[in-house]
Amino acid sequence: MELQFLNIGILSWITFLPIVGMIIVLMLPKNKWNAIRWTSAIFTGIQVVLAVVIFANYNRALPGVNDINSFQFVEKVNWITVQSFPWVGKVDIDYFVGIDGLSVAMVLLTALISFIAVFASWNIDKAVKGYFALLLLLDTGMMGVFVALDFFLFYVFWEVMLLPMYFLIGIWGGPRREYAAIKFFLYTLFGSVLMLLVMLALYFSVTYVDPATGEKVHTFNMLLMMDPANYEPNSLLAGLHTFWRYIAYIGLFIGFAIKVPIFPFHTWLPDAHVEAPTAISVILAGVLLKMGTYGLLRISFPMFPDAMVYFAIPLAILGFINIVYGALVAMAQTDFKKLIAYSSISHMGIVVLGMAALNTQGVTGAVMQMFNHGTITAMLFLIVGVLYDRAHTRGLNEFGGIANQMPKYTGIVTVAFFAALGLPGLSGFISEAFAFLGAFQVFRWITIASTLGIVITAAYMLWTLQRVFLGSLPEKWKNLPDINGRELFTLVPLAIIVIFLGIYPSPLIELMNSSINHLVNFVSNGAGIPMPKP
Amino acid sequence: MLQSTLDGILNSLKVFQPEITLTVVLCLILILDLILKNRPKIIAWSLFVGLLITGYFLIQQTNGLTISAFENMFLVDPFSVYFRMLIILTSIFIVMFSMMSGELYNGKRKLGEYYIFVASATLGMFLMSGAGNLLMMYLAIELTSLSFYILSGYKKEVPDSNEASLKYLIYGAVSSGMMLYGISIIYGLTGSLDFININKAFQVSEVSFLPLVAANILMLVGFGFKISAVPFHFWTPDVYEGAPITITAFLSVASKAAGFAVLMRYFFTAYYNPVASALSGSIATLSGFDWNIIIAIISVATMTIGNFIAIWQTNLKRLLAYSSIAHAGYMLMGIVVLSNEGIAAILIYFAVYLFMNLGAFYIVMLIADKIGSEDIESYKGLGYKTPFMAVVLSIFLISLTGLPPTAGFIGKLYLFAALINHQWIWLAIVGVLNSVVSLYYYVKVFRNMFLKNIDEQHNEIKFNAPQIIVALLLVIPTLVFGLYFSPLVNLAQASVSILGLK
Repeated sequence: MELQFLNIGILSWITFLPIVGMIIVLMLPKNKWNAIRWTSAIFTGIQVVLAVVIFANYNRALPGVNDINSFQFVEKVNWITVQSFPWVGKVDIDYFVGIDGLSVAMVLLTALISFIAVFASWNIDKAVKGYFALLLLLDTGMMGVFVALDFFLFYVFWEVMLLPMYFLIGIWGGPRREYAAIKFFLYTLFGSVLMLLVMLALYFSVTYVDPATGEKVHTFNMLLMMDPANYEPNSLLAGLHTFWRYIAYIGLFIGFAIKVPIFPFHTWLPDAHVEAPTAISVILAGVLLKMGTYGLLRISFPMFPDAMVYFAIPLAILGFINIVYGALVAMAQTDFKKLIAYSSISHMGIVVLGMAALNTQGVTGAVMQMFNHGTITAMLFLIVGVLYDRAHTRGLNEFGGIANQMPKYTGIVTVAFFAALGLPGLSGFISEAFAFLGAFQVFRWITIASTLGIVITAAYMLWTLQRVFLGSLPEKWKNLPDINGRELFTLVPLAIIVIFLGIYPSPLIELMNSSINHLVNFVSNGAGIPMPKP
Repeated sequence: MLQSTLDGILNSLKVFQPEITLTVVLCLILILDLILKNRPKIIAWSLFVGLLITGYFLIQQTNGLTISAFENMFLVDPFSVYFRMLIILTSIFIVMFSMMSGELYNGKRKLGEYYIFVASATLGMFLMSGAGNLLMMYLAIELTSLSFYILSGYKKEVPDSNEASLKYLIYGAVSSGMMLYGISIIYGLTGSLDFININKAFQVSEVSFLPLVAANILMLVGFGFKISAVPFHFWTPDVYEGAPITITAFLSVASKAAGFAVLMRYFFTAYYNPVASALSGSIATLSGFDWNIIIAIISVATMTIGNFIAIWQTNLKRLLAYSSIAHAGYMLMGIVVLSNEGIAAILIYFAVYLFMNLGAFYIVMLIADKIGSEDIESYKGLGYKTPFMAVVLSIFLISLTGLPPTAGFIGKLYLFAALINHQWIWLAIVGVLNSVVSLYYYVKVFRNMFLKNIDEQHNEIKFNAPQIIVALLLVIPTLVFGLYFSPLVNLAQASVSILGLK
């Protein structure tokens, strides 16, 4: 299926449209706030339309993962060529994008969340031009990560996000914004330089035969890196279960784990979330965290199946720690936003546990959870934002009885909270159930222990609901206005998705099913050792 | 006999055109300055044109020509042509910077000599990049250093500048003395000053180990001084801070490049092992003397100390001084791998470093002229007073950190690629962790520019068109090479061949 406009494929459009928007925003005079906002809204809106087009035209039967022919909307253009010398081979880097079942849901999510983030940023009132320009740049970086199939390109997009994120937290954030921004920046950069080294090691280990000249060429092509036959004998990462392959897997894992964030690399997240403006928290929780788990599925697992299986139990244990520890810490919070931040850590743990199981149910649950958590947490952060904009405080204990004061708001909040605690009938339940179901078959005791996290989640969510919305209304909140139209506009679409996917999850499952089956088989067969048995 | 000597000289002169041009330009502006008496604009423009002509002759040599001139005294090979192009490009930028520098044109300073010494420093560095003989090398280093001693003290009325000059002179004198001692030991061991003959001597006869190591460590003092490698870096921060900022920029790029050129040429040529180097792309060392281990240690010390001390700096010039020490450390990693890939990585890094480092110093100079300070504190809110320059400075700093999509990333990418490919993995890890550390202090600058004093009223700072054009000349390559680097890499990889090596 080829979708093109002006000879440029749809994935390039969806990735680079925000950049066009950014350039237009930069050319607008800086006091034309509405023009700037609407330009951003229009460009991210077109992105959503393109995402819908992709959704409609996506062929659910093709697996992708390591097979170039079953990727969709592929664009491959030569980007950089460096001629060869007797002592160094030719360098070929392609602009190579395409999507399969692992990425298509993330592309949809990114488009949706970015669009909503623009509206959530409507009341930003300082340096508006810079804010929206950076937001659009961030959008391109995120989309690029999910569509890139060339490791070099992936890395460039991955790093391009850092700087806008730093400024968005650092300039428009809360009181401790500088600390939070630099902490985010340093943590992520630390992870990504390790990724850089692994990328180079992979590059020097993998070759393909250039059909034109017959010479062996090193490559950054991710799909070629997944085929063990392409590894040069005696290269650093050749073979299976070697010392260097384990080290490379761990290096890559740290890079992705910081983004997820997986314990013990999670400490940047609460700070970043608390200080970031609402829309940036939404993007951070909704999309950025998913990049870590996406990276594990797209890169770590298929390229290092041996190490993945070898480290499956530690990975599951980390997932367990995330789930239970995140939930316990969330329970202890009195700051609304911090509570949601720790609940994110807990929910991302479910993704990790699900994919560590490496069976169809587990990985399906993981990818679904990535999408569902993206929508649910986005809602939660928007909800916090709505309350904070009115009350200018996030202290949970300062509120009470909001339900009578803000009934519409409370209705939306209830949907989001129940989705987050995994109530059947809402989307969170389906993905958590799948993930636990898959994990239970492989790691029985770890999974049983992890379900404790669900109980704690229910506890702190309900407790929060009680503390903020029930009981008697303190005098000072007597004139809080209810949620307004713009805020409803950001929350309602997400609520609809959450309810719809809770009742009828098939559209989402169908998108990823064949890819996940293929991925699971590919990784299990490539490992050379069986998955650990319970 | 006489005929052949004459022929040799005549042939050599043909490939010596750029240096001859430079010498002629130097003499011309010297005389011009005597006649015109303090008309620095004319001198500057004449030097500018002279440098362009020199550059033209240099481009004529980019055809892969490999010639030894004056009995191996001066070598014209792609390696030296590449370095001389970097140096001439830097000099051209420095002349442009100097013409705009308020700091220099302030007061009744005579500026004729300033440009003359810029020319002589350029000539010295040209000779350094092509020197194939220890004596020639020493003289070239001295010519360069003497010019820089004077240039760094050019703000006579400022005590810091005097301190810079004196400090540079003392450190320079000591290290060149040590180097001379090293040279004499090498001469004693091999009976030759010519790199290629030294290599031959090493190949035929066993050389006692201890004097050899001692001699090379002494040589390294001299080289380390030029490239400001730890532990020979102590002069760098004070000189960089005290010297006029144009000269600081000049020192940090061109002088370092010339130092690297001569260091690499000496070690690669003198300890070249033709038998073991038959493996493609690698440059083996003579058995028993793994000098690259010493370089690896220096490299780790240089980048780590440079980066960590930079964290505590409050003056931007000083911060950039320590950052340039750290960058020398990164580049030394390219030597350690002993291969053409490593050399190519250094060449790429230097081209990138030229744009980003000159750019950073340039913006600091412009801003210092406007706000009268180089303190990082005084940069608060600058992003709202002059958004363009602040964004440009941020791009340079991001590039210095090595983040895509800037050229600095490509420089680091190739360095780490060389290390990974030759399995120096521990060194690569030290290198990447250092670049994470470096982020911390570069971020301090744009934190002050954008994150502080947001809500205050800001008076706009205006810059004129030439100032903006020069900034663009530096920032565009920094961005373009980050996204499309094949021309740069092709050129650098074609320039790795050092005369005397396979």
